[in-house]
Amino acid sequence: MPTLDQTTDEILKLAATHFKVAREKLAPGDDFFEKLKIDSLQALELLTRLENHFRVELPDYEMQGVTSFRALAERIQSRL
Amino acid sequence: MLDLHQYESLGAALRDALERWPDEVCLIEADRDRENCRLTYSDFKQMALPLARALQDSGFREGDRAAIIMTNQSKWLISAYAIFHCGGELVPLDYKLTAREHLQLLAHSKANVLVTEHHLWRAIVASPGFKDLGVQTVLVTEASTSADLAGAKRWEEFKAEGEPRFVPRRRQDPACIVYSSGTGGRPKGCVLTHENYLEQCISLTSLYPFWPGVRYLSILPTNHAIDFMVGFIGPFTCGAAVVHLRTLRPEYVRDAFPRYKIAYMSLVPMVLKNLEKGLGTRFAELPAHRRWLLDRLIALNKRLTGKRPKLKISRALLKQVHQAFGGELRALFVGGAFTEPATLQFFYDLGIPVANGYGLTEAGTAVTLNDFNPFRPDTVGRPLPGMEVRIADPSDEGIGEVAVRSKTVMSHYLDDPEMTAEAIVDGWLMTGDLGRIDPTGHLQLFGRKKNMIVTEGGKNIYPEDIETVFEGLPVKEFCVFAANYLWPASSVTGEMLVIVLRLEPGHEFDDALRCELAERNRRLPDFKRVRGYVIWDRDFPRTASLKIKRIELAEQIRASTERATAVAAL
Repeated sequence: MPTLDQTTDEILKLAATHFKVAREKLAPGDDFFEKLKIDSLQALELLTRLENHFRVELPDYEMQGVTSFRALAERIQSRL
Repeated sequence: MLDLHQYESLGAALRDALERWPDEVCLIEADRDRENCRLTYSDFKQMALPLARALQDSGFREGDRAAIIMTNQSKWLISAYAIFHCGGELVPLDYKLTAREHLQLLAHSKANVLVTEHHLWRAIVASPGFKDLGVQTVLVTEASTSADLAGAKRWEEFKAEGEPRFVPRRRQDPACIVYSSGTGGRPKGCVLTHENYLEQCISLTSLYPFWPGVRYLSILPTNHAIDFMVGFIGPFTCGAAVVHLRTLRPEYVRDAFPRYKIAYMSLVPMVLKNLEKGLGTRFAELPAHRRWLLDRLIALNKRLTGKRPKLKISRALLKQVHQAFGGELRALFVGGAFTEPATLQFFYDLGIPVANGYGLTEAGTAVTLNDFNPFRPDTVGRPLPGMEVRIADPSDEGIGEVAVRSKTVMSHYLDDPEMTAEAIVDGWLMTGDLGRIDPTGHLQLFGRKKNMIVTEGGKNIYPEDIETVFEGLPVKEFCVFAANYLWPASSVTGEMLVIVLRLEPGHEFDDALRCELAERNRRLPDFKRVRGYVIWDRDFPRTASLKIKRIELAEQIRASTERATAVAAL
């Protein structure tokens, strides 16, 4: 199983590619709404991408209040 | 539908609905492509009454308050009915607020009972203010068997045998306390009576009726005034069904239309625009000859439905578009914020009427609604039956503050007579919105008189509510405003929050301050963030008790600056 750091890194790579942002501009503690300049619907798009990549299900209602890449990674990690 | 004129309370009307249509489906809960449950009115009653009895056994009495903090799901409505059955007052709270905000509003409402989901409860328990929580009974749903409930009880197990006593309430008694804002400093808890809801329901269903077999797709939060009315009270008092979707992913929302043969759905402008974008993309991908045909059919539909919608014609002409929406769609309701006329026109031309309207929680949801007679996308429609709307102190162009009088207007703000007196003057609710009524009786909006913004997602944001996160900022003083309030724009578009900064003497706006502002901003949800700043070179006017005189400061800024040059992006 990957470590939390590895999962976080995967998320950052995926987000950077999908939203066309330079990977080095993203850090684990960043707020993904702000850094990726996305709204809540685009955040759902990101969740779908991550679900497909990690093969986990991330219920919308459990993602309430999750805004940082690190917190996102923790939620995914707990389901791997 | 039930004759709601005959009823004294929501509880009594809903109780009769459960008896009247026992075998009709009232509620479907779906999660992605799975169906979690499908309940008839009889099933619903079988689940709600043991909960009501357990609440009564736990000491929940007439007039006690119970808060619900849940995403859209069947247990929301079952709990709400159980609370009304017991004569309780419902406090529906927005699940998207932070745990700290939940605790503030729970304390303000003095709720005795809290019904919530386990993941939300975990956040509340972890919040520093948890130790002061005064709620006596907490029910949590969907907690795993090994979960630490921190004193809460499992909703699924909280039931008792025996018929619960139905506790009647009168029309003027409070039914719900709905917070329209005020998580920062001064909570605005709108006390809405049973009469407010019954009258609103009569009014809305006279224009957009429900009946057994009709299905409403619920994706707006149920705590939101619109969904509470058209995604619960309206369909239930007509024997219709509500479909809860526990995800907002566009692909599943799209699938739900044909799967559940949806007739109505409410949404906010942001989601509607997204839907428009999705359809636009699909149309653009069509081969040239099919695109040519589609354009001709849309033009023909537009010509045939110019005066009023003709669903049968539109469904026949634009069959594929309508099939994608399940073929049963009658109308979409959009509210909570301003919707661009072009977006409304786009859907209308496809034969999908989007009923836009204007409303506010204080007025008991909707005040005006487009009745498509004829379609007027440049307005927010005409006053609903039973609503009196007038323009206070109109200018030469007829623009002034929109004032509303009706049986749907709230009773008062909870524990705040001063704010109530400002809002309701001689029986008229002063909305703070600027509008004009045209010769055909349609209301047009022209911005706001009050210092607030409404996001495309339908959220009301009051600057005072978010200032606490900027406390301790290394400046002499600061104040947050809605840009359109500082520089009136005769528009409800381009709304944003700006922070006015008075720097310490000799200081400049440098990168360190920019970073500090950005860091503070990040603590707020994205829709509440400040988007620009204004450097102000004078001390703020203050009262004797050193409170900022916001109105005076706004006047000073307005008199000596222009938005285009004064505001720098953050």
